Amino acid sequence: MAILGAINPMLSVGLDGDNAWRLADYVKRDGYSSLRRILESGIGQGDVINEVKKSVLRGRGGAGFPTGLKWSFMPRSFPGDKYVVCNSDEGEPGTFKDRDILRYNPHAVIEGMAIAAFAMGATRGYNYIHGEVWEIYQRFEEALDEARAAGFLGRNILGSGFDFDLFAHHGYGAYICGEETALLESIEGKKGQPRFKPPFPASFGLYGKPTTINNTETFASVPYIINMGGESYLEAGKPNNGGTKLFSVSGHVNRPGNYEVPLGTPFAALLEMAGGMRGGRKLKGCIPGGSSAPVVPGPTMMDCTMDYDSISKAGSMLGSGAVIVMDETTCMVRALERLSYFYYEESCGQCTPCREGTSWLYKVVHRIEHGNGRADDLDLLASVTTNIMGRTICALGDAASMPVQSFIKHFRDEFAYHIENRKCLVPVDVQRAGSGFFTATA
Amino acid sequence: MEIEIDGKVAQVPDGSTIMDAAQQVGVYIPHFCYHKKLSIAANCRMCLVQVEKAPKPLPACATPVTNGMKVFTHSELAIKAQKGVMEFLLINHPLDCPICDQGGECQLQDLAVGYGGGASRFQEDKRVVFHKDVGPLISMQEMARCIHCTRCVRFGQEIAGVMELGMASRNMHSEITTFVGRSVDSELSGNMIDLCPVGALTSRPFRYSARSWELARRKSISPHDSVGANLALQIKNNVVMRVLPRDNEEVNECWISDKERFSYEALNSPARLAKPRVRVDGVLREVAWNVALDYVSHALQDVVTGSGGESLAALASPQATLEELHLLQKLIRGLGSGSLDFRPRRRDFSADGKLAGVPWLGLRLSEIKDLDAALVIGSFLRKDHPLFAQRLRQLSKKWGKVSLLSVSGDDQLLRLHAQLTVSPADLPRALAAVVKAAALLKGAVVPAGLETVEPCAVSQAIASSLVAGDKRAIFLGNVAEQSPQAALLHALAIELARLTGASCGFIGDGANSVGGHVAKALPTALNAYEMFAQPRKAYVLLGVEPELDCHNPQQAVAALKAADLVVMLTPFADGSAPDYADVLLPIAPFSETSGSFVNCEGRVQSFGGVVRPFGDSRPAWKVLRVLGNLLALAGFDQESSEQVRDEIVPPGTEFVSGLDNRLAALPLELAGSSGGLQRVADVPIHFADLLVRRAPALQQTRDAAAPTARMNGQTLSALGITDGVLVRVRQGAGEALLAARVDETTPPACVRVAAAHGSTAALGDMFGAINVERA
Amino acid sequence: MLTSESLKRIDREIAKYPADQKQSAVMAALAIAQEQQGWLSSEAIEAVANYLGMAPIAAYEVASFYNMYDLKPVGKYKLSVCTNLPCMLTGGVDAGEYLKRKLGIGFNETTPDGLITLKESECMGACGDAPVMIVNNRRMCSWMNPEQIDKLLAELK
Ligand SMILES: Cc1cc2nc3c(=O)[nH]c(=O)nc-3n(C[C@H](O)[C@H](O)[C@H](O)COP(=O)(O)O)c2cc1C
Ligand code: SF4
Ligand code: FES
Repeated sequence: MAILGAINPMLSVGLDGDNAWRLADYVKRDGYSSLRRILESGIGQGDVINEVKKSVLRGRGGAGFPTGLKWSFMPRSFPGDKYVVCNSDEGEPGTFKDRDILRYNPHAVIEGMAIAAFAMGATRGYNYIHGEVWEIYQRFEEALDEARAAGFLGRNILGSGFDFDLFAHHGYGAYICGEETALLESIEGKKGQPRFKPPFPASFGLYGKPTTINNTETFASVPYIINMGGESYLEAGKPNNGGTKLFSVSGHVNRPGNYEVPLGTPFAALLEMAGGMRGGRKLKGCIPGGSSAPVVPGPTMMDCTMDYDSISKAGSMLGSGAVIVMDETTCMVRALERLSYFYYEESCGQCTPCREGTSWLYKVVHRIEHGNGRADDLDLLASVTTNIMGRTICALGDAASMPVQSFIKHFRDEFAYHIENRKCLVPVDVQRAGSGFFTATA
Repeated sequence: MEIEIDGKVAQVPDGSTIMDAAQQVGVYIPHFCYHKKLSIAANCRMCLVQVEKAPKPLPACATPVTNGMKVFTHSELAIKAQKGVMEFLLINHPLDCPICDQGGECQLQDLAVGYGGGASRFQEDKRVVFHKDVGPLISMQEMARCIHCTRCVRFGQEIAGVMELGMASRNMHSEITTFVGRSVDSELSGNMIDLCPVGALTSRPFRYSARSWELARRKSISPHDSVGANLALQIKNNVVMRVLPRDNEEVNECWISDKERFSYEALNSPARLAKPRVRVDGVLREVAWNVALDYVSHALQDVVTGSGGESLAALASPQATLEELHLLQKLIRGLGSGSLDFRPRRRDFSADGKLAGVPWLGLRLSEIKDLDAALVIGSFLRKDHPLFAQRLRQLSKKWGKVSLLSVSGDDQLLRLHAQLTVSPADLPRALAAVVKAAALLKGAVVPAGLETVEPCAVSQAIASSLVAGDKRAIFLGNVAEQSPQAALLHALAIELARLTGASCGFIGDGANSVGGHVAKALPTALNAYEMFAQPRKAYVLLGVEPELDCHNPQQAVAALKAADLVVMLTPFADGSAPDYADVLLPIAPFSETSGSFVNCEGRVQSFGGVVRPFGDSRPAWKVLRVLGNLLALAGFDQESSEQVRDEIVPPGTEFVSGLDNRLAALPLELAGSSGGLQRVADVPIHFADLLVRRAPALQQTRDAAAPTARMNGQTLSALGITDGVLVRVRQGAGEALLAARVDETTPPACVRVAAAHGSTAALGDMFGAINVERA
Repeated sequence: MLTSESLKRIDREIAKYPADQKQSAVMAALAIAQEQQGWLSSEAIEAVANYLGMAPIAAYEVASFYNMYDLKPVGKYKLSVCTNLPCMLTGGVDAGEYLKRKLGIGFNETTPDGLITLKESECMGACGDAPVMIVNNRRMCSWMNPEQIDKLLAELK
């Protein structure tokens, strides 16, 4: 089974059996009925966008921007190609939901993209797939072949006169290509360096043409929205937070994996579904929306519900829905060091505050972790993060800064202990035991 | 749009950025990556400013203005952001300005004074960046100084038209580099040195030879080509140490080509001629000026008296100043000769006497950007005219349809609408096809003589680009002017212009190719070719090296060797001059004399000497004036070069009058196709004149590689030759030994053998039959 | 330089993009060239650039930007271990240490017999399966514990 648990599932319904991803199975699950209905019953482009607006589907890639609104930014009459692009470059540490969607339900993404293309008058699309999940890329290519052969893609889809060609493009190891304009540069055959905005992709996107980019899960939700109607979709979640969402739960839980639950589900319930804390240990902290989201201390987290608004109130972000669970065996300095290394390594290198700032942050956290911290290092880190945040071309600068700020904010004592005593507050063997590497079996 | 910057109100067009508006009202916003001629990268983040209602500081270079926007460039938020960026820029930057070549003219250093903090809070090891060797012109020894603004990369992609530098890798390990060990070969490469705001890219020849504050800056004009690029010469101890562009949007914008930037090395060459020399008992011996001039005036007088005025001929370089050309023609005419010219590479002079006025470009350089279509006929565009080509490149990237009809398919690094590459002998026929296609398109009568011409698809494409749109232009390049069928090409181009409504003109091969006409340095008897074909008793040479600069160097050298008297006015003592010259008079190159050039668009640009003449050399105009006096000729009493100039063009002239490319009717007689191998002769950029030839750094570039015999694969195999073998190339009595090279850009049945180089000087005409066999 | 098989595969990639956007195929083409050669030599990068009509330095920018291209020769098998935080919490770093000990090499090193190169890697988008590693950019191995790793190493010959 693909998705380890679900409450009122949509995306993960019926995903059992090895071949559930095949076209025939998808069609059995009512697949492509939304597209068919739109094309055959003459539903207009505006109607589709309206339905998505009503659903209050918020982008599942991280920023949570309302999808219907984004679609309405595309110029209606544009001479020449328009593009829809799917962002399956899932590289945000903690996030692994798009991989499972593509692995078990790729046709939902294809159908969602075709509907989006129809609604926005796009004729070509690309799905940009994270390079590290090569089997997924190959499977998606196969799914595309199936869809083309069945007439769901290509010229004159289902005899409606609507043309839409969709292709897969693979990444090759660059987190930054998840940022939408870096992703476009990458499809254009360049380094993945984000573009300055404005102009936004809706006016100047792929090859300079109007382009809409959405996350895999966002597109995959579209057929369900059309099928059940925007309002029902919204009701499946909670106000301003439409629908269900996949949460990738990782870290110190008994059953790490993806769980589909309605937005607004209590964190405690999600934790429960994931088998609870490993070894019954206590939740020390949790990053609720992928590594770029601020860390939330355990007790606060236990009071949250899993939706954009509640998590935001707790001082963090729902982001991509990646829930990284950390118990008491975690050294917070070491955890931050690893994240800071990630942002330093993955900075595209183009803009000054990020290129220089991320390496500076890493070097300082590194020296704290390695017992060479200085008394004023925490102030220095705070100051460097404020010099990065809001001053970079893309949000990676912010993404690198927020963990630093939040880890220090919530676990300042542990950092101070480290600086003073030149070692971890959590003994190294306790940390190692916490990973379970040498004790667990597959 | 109305916007307010620091309280100053600016009116700017829609689409402007905050940076544009700030410049308009004279507010300086610090920046590194922004450059007015390059695309916006917004990567340095130095230009962050506060915008009312925006929660975050915004980059002025990339933020479009909106109506009523209020911008604060010095608010607390803005200053804090700018200081933050400056700190980031400095953490990995070596702070050793005193030993940096850029010290004193570094934008980072300047801004760091205002925005930098005191002590560094960064206490880690600084980034180490490997140096790179990218050729003789640009030094990349200090890449740790790079601040990743990517100006150099964008310059290559956008202005030079070739991406030679890139930023490899990512994160703080990003580094500017060429593709594994490659050199930078663009003829415009030196501009990257100017663009680099720090000491990462520096001039290799100049490096560590002077500090910027020791240098005086003087204005000058480039002597190298017909654009007349505006230069700033930088001087220390009476020596030109460096050459930089001066901004002139109408002429060179902010660019110069590498030959203009690095040819100054020749000014300081050990080969400079310091004192006059006169041949005594077969040996050139140094003599005092009065002795030399006395000798020259008597010798000239003797020849004229003994054999008549027409036994004397004079040849000048098209790089000579207006003043020099004027006095030379006066002197020669005063001595009773009409054999005088300034167009040594020409072969066909049949248009002389039929010209309606002074031939010129046909439009202003600044009008190129507005053209809808352009056709260039007979040109090695990029290498003949780097800056002119750059303008066409920009045009081709926008809407302009640029076509090239020439004798080689070299990559011009611009987006060509159509390209037709033919043997030099077939150039008129190919142009005639375009003319005929245009006539057919326009429903006009096909001009007489073109009945048998058959337009191909490419000539039709060229013709149709020229009949559409508002502004179109036809340009005749150096090859068209050097062709033995130059007049016919001219006539055909005029015909095409008439049919299509395009302008028509000449790009011109020298700084004074228009000026020479204005100065009337034109023959009334023998022209530049005939004066050697029919050897004279005496020659006066002004700034030319006939063995390299003439259409037929072999013939020229033979005539010179046989002459009784060869007087050579030249800045240099080396080369072949000692083989044939009887008198060498050291004259001042452009940096040491005042004078004027009239560029291709007819613009008069006067300049002063920026350093004292080397040794005893003197400005050529003064030498000619004194000779006029010694020979008791009338009209040689000018006190200054300005007085000389005022005799030619009225004081204050910006553009000369009488510019007109029309031609009295000429029959359009197309020759039949000539069998056999034809020579294609380019004048490689760094062999083209006596300065570049003597600039050591330029001579180490790829563009200065020794000539080869280049043929396409088919021609080569038809001759039974393989790539790389040594071949004997023969033209008439002359021959040269060269390596054969496959070059698919050379048209069939042609051999490309460069002119203007010692190894090919023994050959004959730049055009015509040529013989190649395995050596 | 590029085999006809590789060129055929590259042509299929080129066909995905508009006719005037061949450069879009550069990532795929470099990956194909790397598969053919085991790593990306500058000759291979240049061949790809020429085939796609782009400047060699532009292809080099791409090859040096993305982590999965190897600009230096690697062993017959390249083992990339994710050590990012989610993996680290459940043994990613320990798995790396275990491998280093077993193979007697550090990250970015190759065993003396040229069989295995060990790399530390960033998030692979599979954190739920931690610890994870990838063999030769293609085969992902999930839930790796000491036993599983031993098995994998025994298989890689
Ligand atoms: C550094 C960075 C990395 C990102 N990575 C991803 C990603 O892996 N997947 C994704 O869908 N969005 C990612 N995003 C967000 C995208 O830029 C974009 O907002 C999103 O794909 C839009 O789709 P949505 O509206 O459906 O969420 C990233 C953004 C940034 C700044
Ligand atoms: S913030 Fe970082 S990743 Fe984003 S553009 Fe700037 S350097 Fe690149
Ligand atoms: S000048 Fe604006 S970001 Fe560099």
